[in-house]
Amino acid sequence: MRNQTVVIDRVAVPVEGERNLLELCRKAGTELPTFCYHSEISVYGACRMCMVEVEGRGIVPACSTKAEDGMVIHTNTRQIRNMRKMIIELMLASHDQSCTTCPKSGDCRLQAIARQLGVTDVRFKQMTRVEPVDYSSDAILRDPSKCILCGDCVRVCDEIQSVGALGFAYRGAKARVGTCFNKGIGEIECVCCGQCIKVCPVGALTPKHQISKVWDAIYDKGKTVVAQVAPAVRVALGEYFGKDPGSLTIGHIVTALRRMGFDRVYDTCFGADFTVVEEGKEFLERREKGENLPMFTSCCPAWVKFAEQYYPDFLNNLSTCRSPQQMFGSLCKEQLTKELGIPREDLVVVSVMPCTAKKFEAGRDEFKVNGSADVDFVITSEEFALMIKESGIDFDRLELGSFDMPFGFSTGASVIFGSSGGVSEAVLRFAAETLEKGSAREFKQLRGEDGIKSAEIAIGSETLRLAVVSGLANARKLIDSIRSGAAHYDLVEIMACRGGCVNGGGQPITDDRTAAQKRAKGLYDNDKMLQFHVSSENPYLQQIYAESLDHEKAHILLHTVYENRRRITQEDFMLGEASGEKALSLEICFGTSCFLRGAQALYRELLDYIRENDLEDKTEFKATFCGKHCKKGPVLNVNGKTLERCTFDGAKAEIQRTLRK
Amino acid sequence: MSRIFGTKFELVCDVLDRYERDPSNLIAILQEIQDAYAYLPEDIMTYVATALEISPGTVFGAATFYSHFTLEPKGKYVIKVCDGTACHVKKSADIITTLESELGLNENKKTSDDLLFTLEIVACLGACGIAPVVVVNEDVYGAMNIEKTKTLIEKVRGEEASDA
Repeated sequence: MRNQTVVIDRVAVPVEGERNLLELCRKAGTELPTFCYHSEISVYGACRMCMVEVEGRGIVPACSTKAEDGMVIHTNTRQIRNMRKMIIELMLASHDQSCTTCPKSGDCRLQAIARQLGVTDVRFKQMTRVEPVDYSSDAILRDPSKCILCGDCVRVCDEIQSVGALGFAYRGAKARVGTCFNKGIGEIECVCCGQCIKVCPVGALTPKHQISKVWDAIYDKGKTVVAQVAPAVRVALGEYFGKDPGSLTIGHIVTALRRMGFDRVYDTCFGADFTVVEEGKEFLERREKGENLPMFTSCCPAWVKFAEQYYPDFLNNLSTCRSPQQMFGSLCKEQLTKELGIPREDLVVVSVMPCTAKKFEAGRDEFKVNGSADVDFVITSEEFALMIKESGIDFDRLELGSFDMPFGFSTGASVIFGSSGGVSEAVLRFAAETLEKGSAREFKQLRGEDGIKSAEIAIGSETLRLAVVSGLANARKLIDSIRSGAAHYDLVEIMACRGGCVNGGGQPITDDRTAAQKRAKGLYDNDKMLQFHVSSENPYLQQIYAESLDHEKAHILLHTVYENRRRITQEDFMLGEASGEKALSLEICFGTSCFLRGAQALYRELLDYIRENDLEDKTEFKATFCGKHCKKGPVLNVNGKTLERCTFDGAKAEIQRTLRK
Repeated sequence: MSRIFGTKFELVCDVLDRYERDPSNLIAILQEIQDAYAYLPEDIMTYVATALEISPGTVFGAATFYSHFTLEPKGKYVIKVCDGTACHVKKSADIITTLESELGLNENKKTSDDLLFTLEIVACLGACGIAPVVVVNEDVYGAMNIEKTKTLIEKVRGEEASDA
């Protein structure tokens, strides 16, 4: 077939599989302005910024027009320029323009495009509809007055994460992006992954900052403040200071933290080494017993919340290991308070994370001791960069520092945690070392960009079936195939963000579409530079296990439990119309799991039974959305007694018993 | 109003089954549910989302997109006051003010606490010849004024009291 060609601004450009004119223009070196085009989500064509003129066809949006042979395109005619300017002016007229105090200032696409197009005046009357800021989530701050309705967050949440926490509601001039029933984003099924933040072109969705709380702790003379830095931060932070994605800036980071006033600077990788050893042991144990397989990793708090909401029947398959952040937190609070001889409340642990969900994780009740959190504050890479700038530190001129010991020592196995595939590779290295007695291996088949990777890997005499998943829609696909019996695995690594933590919701937002890949490469390069590559070789880890961490203690400090979680915090509702004290009080669960296990059929049978036996006046019938016994659904509660795996016959017997009393 | 035990929720189950729990039938499902409940309760919408395996946000989006759907319970008597051009010129504003003060309603509060009345202000009802027009459920009242409005409310309240 003849090569296809499109003429863009007088230059002939060959078509080589580009999906649309916008991609073709990019290849030709013309960056069309756009708010709503992201190559990894569906084409929406809402913002109308990428309009181009196709000769003979008129003005069309480039993002939703296919390249056809012989097209002649102009990207910058007078008419198009005027249209683009007017669109920006209209957006600005209804936008809350408090730019100087906006967390997105300087990094805002609306700002950038307005400037790029030379919009110096808005001809329309300011019509901003000021709506309350949503503070309900620990992870994400939502400021609806800044929203320009591009719908990027809606599509990311739905298509990449299959959560659908954000959606369009109302219509016309009242149309808006929001949550179901206008609840706070912290009260609904949002898993806090922050991928919406990454695509939001304006300040409508930003990480919820804890910067001022961290400064308060630093300035408090009575507190010892320690930092832990996650692996993915060290290969991304430099981007805020003009470096390329993937540049390792760990030395700069350590010195910056010291200069800012942190008393100790440690490495989350130290926690990750513990995670590998604990998770590796747990995995080998489960393999031996053939119990709760496949084992799912539990390092990613967004995935954990996702599992708690949608896959309660798989919670036993989650590794009980805490994430590296939380292992670090509990170990640090346990060990360092003893070493320094200070009370727990005087030690403040601050995490520097690539992730917004880590903020949610740190606030979970499971990770508190008598109400005091193991990790006090979590700041994202973005917040950390702001703090460095706030301090007036010249990042480039920082002398390189090194972590404090012992919690600053890490192996290469823990550094690669920041990339999708890293956790399983680290666990495999540990397993290989354990089963093959000292064998040092790399497992490159688990690396790479794909959203679902799987491999069969021989270790010792065993063949392990592994899957590595990133993106929660991919996770849903994989788990559904496991549930249906179509797929079988021993170990499944799941990270909520595509590509892993390097692409987390708290990482730099960049136009470089290969940034996540480059950051991951930075981590694998760093692994090579380090002395040890298997977590169990970490000498300080060995020391802590030998001196102060017996099996029981390790279980308390390093493991956790999960709970079934309602998608929406919500009241129960009455199914009957009767009120007042009743002889019989029934409460049936209609949560997702019980629903799938036949709660609705049970409800109907009960209803018929109540009618046939003239019990209507004696009965109060309530529905709840989750009684938290999901693994044993459907669940019926009869006068306070919970019947798990309830059948109609079981329910009938209990009702008769109750009524005889 | 039916007093049969659990009827409405059973209807929700019926509707969902009849439409084979297919998300593409969402609008039809919501319509039937609204017919039964007279509005779309939040918890029922959440249940619909669960049954259709879609996010509650999707259901909320459809329910708020169409003005046919209402998310708040409406009163037994829905009073529509026309504020189209003809009615407006004939002082429909007076009628609206009177109803608001009589029923304790305002711009943001459309339904009375006793769930008896809902006040809706609508554009032209197509009865300009008898402006200003008030419609209570299915009954049309033309050439309204403040006095007639008060009498109308008293009449409805009187009937309600004698029913009870």
